[in-house]
Amino acid sequence: MFTRARRVVGLGSVLLFAAACGTTGAATTAVDAGPPRSGGTLRLGISSNPDCLDPQQVGTNAALNVGRQLVDSLTDQDPADGAIKPWLAEKWEVNADSTAFTFHLRAGATFSDGAPVDANAVKSSLDGAKALGAKGPLASSYLAAYKGSEIVDPLTVRVDFSAPSAQFLQASSTMSLGLLSPAAYKKTPEQRCQGDGLIGSGPFVFESFKQNQQVVITKRKGYAWGSPLWQHPGDAYLDRVEYRIVPEPGVRSGSLASGQLDAITDVQPVDEPQFTGNGFTEPVRANPGIVFNLTANTTRGVLTDARVRQAVSKGINRQEVTDTVLTKNYKPATSVLGAATPLHLDLAKELAHDPAGAAALLDSAGWRPGPDGIRVRDGQRLSAAVIFSAVFNQNQSALELIQQQLRKIGFDLRIELHTNAETTQLQIAGDYDFLWYNVTRADPDILRQTFSTKASNRSKLAQGGPLDAALDKQSATVDPAERKPAAEEAQRIIVEQAYSIPVFELTQVWGIGPKAHGVAFEASSRLRLFDAWVS
Amino acid sequence: MTGVPRRLAQAVVVLWAAFTLSFVILYLLPGDAALARLGGGEGVTATPAEIAAVRAEYGLDDSLVVQYGKRLLAALHGDFGTSVITGDTATHMVFGALPSTLALTGLALVLAVVFGAGVAVLGTYTRVRWLGNLLLSLPPLGTSLPSFWVGLVLIQVFSFQLRWVPAIGSDGFVSVVLPAITLALPTGAVIGQVLAKSLRTQLGESYVEIVLAKGASRRRVHFGHALRNAALPAVTLVGVVLGNLLAGTVVTEAVFSRDGVGRVTAAAVGTQDIPVVQAVIVLSAFFFVLINLAVDLLYPLLDPRLRAVTRG
Repeated sequence: MFTRARRVVGLGSVLLFAAACGTTGAATTAVDAGPPRSGGTLRLGISSNPDCLDPQQVGTNAALNVGRQLVDSLTDQDPADGAIKPWLAEKWEVNADSTAFTFHLRAGATFSDGAPVDANAVKSSLDGAKALGAKGPLASSYLAAYKGSEIVDPLTVRVDFSAPSAQFLQASSTMSLGLLSPAAYKKTPEQRCQGDGLIGSGPFVFESFKQNQQVVITKRKGYAWGSPLWQHPGDAYLDRVEYRIVPEPGVRSGSLASGQLDAITDVQPVDEPQFTGNGFTEPVRANPGIVFNLTANTTRGVLTDARVRQAVSKGINRQEVTDTVLTKNYKPATSVLGAATPLHLDLAKELAHDPAGAAALLDSAGWRPGPDGIRVRDGQRLSAAVIFSAVFNQNQSALELIQQQLRKIGFDLRIELHTNAETTQLQIAGDYDFLWYNVTRADPDILRQTFSTKASNRSKLAQGGPLDAALDKQSATVDPAERKPAAEEAQRIIVEQAYSIPVFELTQVWGIGPKAHGVAFEASSRLRLFDAWVS
Repeated sequence: MTGVPRRLAQAVVVLWAAFTLSFVILYLLPGDAALARLGGGEGVTATPAEIAAVRAEYGLDDSLVVQYGKRLLAALHGDFGTSVITGDTATHMVFGALPSTLALTGLALVLAVVFGAGVAVLGTYTRVRWLGNLLLSLPPLGTSLPSFWVGLVLIQVFSFQLRWVPAIGSDGFVSVVLPAITLALPTGAVIGQVLAKSLRTQLGESYVEIVLAKGASRRRVHFGHALRNAALPAVTLVGVVLGNLLAGTVVTEAVFSRDGVGRVTAAAVGTQDIPVVQAVIVLSAFFFVLINLAVDLLYPLLDPRLRAVTRG
């Protein structure tokens, strides 16, 4: 049913292609804007300082929204259905156990320093990304089992892994593994952070970066190797993009409304009504990957009992969370993976609000209502803490609402805010009851990286369980027919055992002024500016 | 004069203490910049070995004493190290942000003095009772309004409605006006409060009656005698005022999307980026020392009694 719906949308986009108006996850352009125009500057308000611009290094939206425009990738991912499409690689082969990927590159693509995009450049880019280690947390997680790259001929390269790495195919489409010129690796990672040696083959080139102020990128002339998923061939439309860093949300939206900016990212729920109608548009896309969730440490306290975890899941009213704390643009989670993730399985029924079911589970586990409404058993209170950081503005209020909801089933959720660094430290040490977070990744393998006992194992499971088996299986094949059942089984186990209790999908909400058009989402819900133009 | 070497020694101690305290506090906080760089919950999969490698590269795995020693030695050569978060050198980040912050705090200081002194002097001078009351109620109001809110209101009115000035950025003189007013308000209010109070005290002194009895005009008494004596406590405030201004930049620069030391500081503290925080703190301490020295030297000029004491 779901696959079918997708196919229909896909067909629709083909028909609409001539009208240059994609409906498939790309932001819509204003109807009467006329044909796209070349030239001009897009003034784009972003919410935080990118700190470091090298897309191989930093995994924040601020950095990736810049980096995506500067680098091309071996492949591209269709935001409509997650399919992997050619880009710098015209075609590729993957061996049976997904440990060797052979890419055949297109001829003629060059980096902005003139160096050719060839097998050698792919090798030096992947070697360079791997060498970053923890300085490039996303890239190095994609390359966790990377053994090396073999130059087969000038335009053919084989990438070898020491373990099945089906996820690498999707990873090859991300800016985190975007290609940089061999010359880039003669600079230090720190220099590349500041734009020095940040030489890609993308449709824009780096011009300047003033910390906390702005990043400027300009059009790459003679660009002719865009992704087939894009709406037009040749150069980008825009001459120049100015990313203005505007941390205060009210100022960001006010600057857009008053015409001082052409477009902004991170429209806050409270500001959303400003940009509906009246010449403004508000593109919205949920992030793929792991949704905001309470990941349970199954070795801690009351959470060792599956019935307690399941009761917590039933006690949460997800719709109320999105309705109250967020807006209609944010959707309740229907799985541990967001709906925009390839191979997402709809488990909305399993995640329905069911306080009676929760009470029955807790009764059967011997937890009886105590004097203050919180259940007790053998003098122990039904209580657990959740640690989180303020990476998303509404985290605190969402958790406070969940706390109230769980109180109604007699569960005491204690909320503990920490800094990013401290949260990461506690997470690595396994020192938590519940962990609240999301991870953006347009591939189901993020489940393996997060829950496999051989990877992060955030639920602290024992080795060799059925979840490990399903996660390993999805990791060993790029064939959707084989991968799908394994990825779906993994989601089902995680949700049914309530190893993770999904709550809502992180969603990107942008505000686009009347003069800006064609600002689009790529598959990981980050900015794609190739087709953007200003009137 | 024994004062100068002693003051220099004091200055060195202050700088050293600022350096040391900032290091110890950031070191003692849980987590470190290597972890902060992984980015909240998103940094899922870095292995402990990879994190250890980053720590080793930035010397974050050394013991407290070794790290402190290394940093102190390098700092003595003007090298505060490289930011773990941005990859830029700490000194480059801070000095790069400095001009914009100096422009902001400089204008804010001027506005604060004009506003504070103006309100205090006029408020105590006028004989129109309601006007005096109104003027003298401004400083308490100014200190109680959150500058965050003031900034947003100013932006709303002068940028979004009237469109006289840009709401964001730090290019050109126009861009500094609203933030400077925002920053000057609480500081000017403090100056106004202190000056008004000491003006009233001075005006109640017996020497004022004597001067008046001798036939001096009210204006002359007010500006020539009372103000000069009342200015002394206000000048003492300069150190505090400077502190207020620098602290205020953290909020003001963020509200007005300006680059500057306040932004750099806020980000660096949040990510426990020790090199950057230390560079900021030592620089601020240096300014403090300098200003306080200037104030000390200014005292004798304002107060002949102090001149006599120093000579004695």
